[in-house]
Amino acid sequence: MNVWAALQGLGEILVGVLLVGSGGVVLIAAVGQTRLPDFFQRMHTPALAYTLASWAVTLASILHFSLRQGGLSLHFWLLIILLSITSPVTTVLLARAALFRRRQAGEPLPPPLQDRHRR
Amino acid sequence: MTPLLALSIDITLLLYALALALGALRLSRGPTAQDRVLALDFMFVVAMLMMLVLAIRSDSSMYFEGALLIALFGFVGSAAMAKFLLRGEVIE
Repeated sequence: MNVWAALQGLGEILVGVLLVGSGGVVLIAAVGQTRLPDFFQRMHTPALAYTLASWAVTLASILHFSLRQGGLSLHFWLLIILLSITSPVTTVLLARAALFRRRQAGEPLPPPLQDRHRR
Repeated sequence: MTPLLALSIDITLLLYALALALGALRLSRGPTAQDRVLALDFMFVVAMLMMLVLAIRSDSSMYFEGALLIALFGFVGSAAMAKFLLRGEVIE
């Protein structure tokens, strides 16, 4: 009984640390999104929220509900699986849309990646 | 729930609210349409994380379905808007 209570206290501390860490990461991503000058630089910032922050929050919820309900509650993994499938699709679509629209407007494009390998 | 966990949940919700406000700033100010789509996508993810933190706060597993739905609708909306910016149509 005593060991279980100590484990629960430790788990709650871990849950709090994970939650505050994810909040900080999301805030860093938001600040980057408002301050970075170019669209293609801004595209990198939501990846922080997609990967590190959502992993931390999902692990925190799994830990909290497993300790609280006394059994493994693993269905929160569905969120990570869904996000890791869907976020590359939106990112690639959006990058191609931005490239297409910039090319049509005649604005300067970022240099192609192939030149770097040829040098 | 210990007061430490309650305090950290409140801090996390505050940080998420700040991030949502910054995303809304980019959404309203963004120079081009793709900036706005990106900001909306980011705000969907932050709202999903906020639902999960609220689930921990109120100790109920019911928020999970809401978070799943927000993630799903965020993907569908962002993909449709990016496709529209790319081709001028969503379904062709």
